[in-house]
Amino acid sequence: MNVVVCVKQIPDPADPGALDPNTKTLKRDGKLILDESDSYGVEMALQLVDAAGSGEVTLVSMAPNGEVSGLRTALAMGAAKAVLVSDDALAGSDALGTSKVLAKAIARAGEADLILTATESSDGYTGTVPEQIAELLQLPSVTFAKEIAVDGSTLKVQRQTEAGYDEVECPLPAVVSVTAGVVEPRYPSFKGIMAAKSKPVDQVTIADLGIDAASVGWAGAGQEIVEIAQAEAREAGTIIEDDGEAFAQVVKFLDDLKVV
Amino acid sequence: MTELTDEQIALKDTARRFTERHIIPNLEEWEETGRLPRELHRVAAAQGLLGVGHSEEVGGEGGTLLDACAMQEGFMEAGASGGLMASLFTHGIAVPHMIAHGSPHLIDTYVRPTLAGELIGSLAVTEPGGGSDVAGITTRAQRDGEDYIINGSKTFITSGVRADYVTTAVRTGGTGHSGISMIVVDSNTPGFSVTRELRKMGWHASDTAELSYVDARVPAQNLIGELGQGFYYIAEQFVVERIFLALMGYGHAARALSLAAQYCKDRITFGKPLVANQVVRSKLVEMHRQVEVARTYTLEVARRHVAGDNVIAEACLAKQTAVATAVDVTNEAVQLFGGAGYMHGTEVERHYRDARLLPIGGGATEVLTDLAARLLGYS
Ligand SMILES: Cc1cc2nc3c(=O)[nH]c(=O)nc-3n(C[C@H](O)[C@H](O)[C@H](O)COP(=O)(O)OP(=O)(O)OC[C@H]3O[C@@H](n4cnc5c(N)ncnc54)[C@H](O)[C@@H]3O)c2cc1C
Repeated sequence: MNVVVCVKQIPDPADPGALDPNTKTLKRDGKLILDESDSYGVEMALQLVDAAGSGEVTLVSMAPNGEVSGLRTALAMGAAKAVLVSDDALAGSDALGTSKVLAKAIARAGEADLILTATESSDGYTGTVPEQIAELLQLPSVTFAKEIAVDGSTLKVQRQTEAGYDEVECPLPAVVSVTAGVVEPRYPSFKGIMAAKSKPVDQVTIADLGIDAASVGWAGAGQEIVEIAQAEAREAGTIIEDDGEAFAQVVKFLDDLKVV
Repeated sequence: MTELTDEQIALKDTARRFTERHIIPNLEEWEETGRLPRELHRVAAAQGLLGVGHSEEVGGEGGTLLDACAMQEGFMEAGASGGLMASLFTHGIAVPHMIAHGSPHLIDTYVRPTLAGELIGSLAVTEPGGGSDVAGITTRAQRDGEDYIINGSKTFITSGVRADYVTTAVRTGGTGHSGISMIVVDSNTPGFSVTRELRKMGWHASDTAELSYVDARVPAQNLIGELGQGFYYIAEQFVVERIFLALMGYGHAARALSLAAQYCKDRITFGKPLVANQVVRSKLVEMHRQVEVARTYTLEVARRHVAGDNVIAEACLAKQTAVATAVDVTNEAVQLFGGAGYMHGTEVERHYRDARLLPIGGGATEVLTDLAARLLGYS
């Protein structure tokens, strides 16, 4: 079984991110890391290939400056190879532009039985790319998977809902978005880390994928960021000194909120 | 800060996450009970963490001392204790003599299962009569047919209570350096016993044993390398052992500094955070300076060792620098925490106790200084 996992490489959330006042987008010129949201998909893919007994996991990513740091992390976890799309013309791509690129890159990655993504990235949060990729590839789309099993050519997914989960079945291949936190991503072993150094990363431009520059990046974006503003600072909380009667004030506070 | 490679940073990250997931939630319990569960050795081995720095030919993961250093930094940054490091990585002192000079039989019987987390080994050099003077040990091994019969005692032996085997320094010849050999003793050998489990100031998660050998009969094939070479085999491993103790030293210091720095931002006295006082800031910067110097120098000595330089003197100095840093910085961290720093259960209190061992174990500072003096020509 061959699984393709779309992984995003994002600025390290541990370092405070910054917006570029000119482009009004997140600055991505520093080192990028594997989006933690995607580590669940990578883990699930590795488990599915393991269970199937054959096949491999291929990564697909779109990132500026030929960035591979995040890909190396996923390769060290056990993915076999990667396709990286890096092209200056991709700056400013909106969700649909990104989906167009990823769909082409998935096709380039070879025959896939299943395509996994996260439900949304940790730096952009549009949460629309997985469904757009499915549409562009004319494949079934299943979202918010918490468990995936493959039975012959049928995919069985437990799809998380607010109340519990739905059981969804669909034919393979399909595009499935994986909910964060549903599996425990392995961390790379030393051997895995060293092996990842020499695993193939097929770095391509949009021309290699046959994509028209006018359909992606700033040029193709159907979305425009009109303005960016500082989020309102959170108001300081109220500190209640406990004189033995503080509980009464806490109860009143909760009462005012109408939560008790 | 000294640059690690991308792969070393990734390994350090793996070690940090392993520590956060498998160690920190249980550490307090292990510090209380005084020993690590065997299962932890298996889990760490499965993640490939026990074999880093040991060649794949003997069941290791490959990599150099520098890779092992990066990994240890990950453990320490995540808040591992000195006892945990000493006990989980006791094989770091128990197997190297076998790897360097042992027969394939010893490698297969002891080294591979240890790196796989299946066996626990200890190294026993120190005796009740003295530890600094390695050439003066008195535990004797007498040849008898195909066996050696061992009599004597050892003390302060890390992981000795749980050990499946003990790599033991014994006297097989006359007095002095050239009369010492190394032999592996199974802990189920009749006549071998753990006479006491020692209680300590720190390193609580590590079991420490006093061992007794009374007519303990061990097959001669358990002798490591050549007869009479034991002292030199032990001395060969000193550089690596001292670098690891140096790492542990600046590891404790760096962690204590980061805890203290956060505390100084959060703790309000006289209506302002502690860190608003210049005297506090200058303490923190001094602690930072000591950590930087210790880390940079230690890693530089490790790098030179890997490159093949003779760094026996420098390893003494690195250990000295880093353990002094550990003692000073953990002491200042306790000070900055005030009363809370003196309380059991506050992490800096543990680092303070753990750090105190470092200028004693693996070569007391005075002894190492004297050795460095001779090697550097100050004699
Ligand atoms: C927690 C712990 C774990 C240990 N684990 C192990 C282990 O796994 N295996 C093992 O073999 N040993 C182990 N040791 C023993 C350790 O290596 C020794 O304690 C150390 O070598 C010092 O030996 P000693 O305690 O006999 O002190 P001594 O040799 O009696 O020395 C006492 C002090 O005298 C001073 N001193 C000694 N010689 C000189 C000199 N020539 N010049 C100036 N000053 C001198 C030093 O200040 C030294 O600290 C451990 C010890 C501890 C505390």
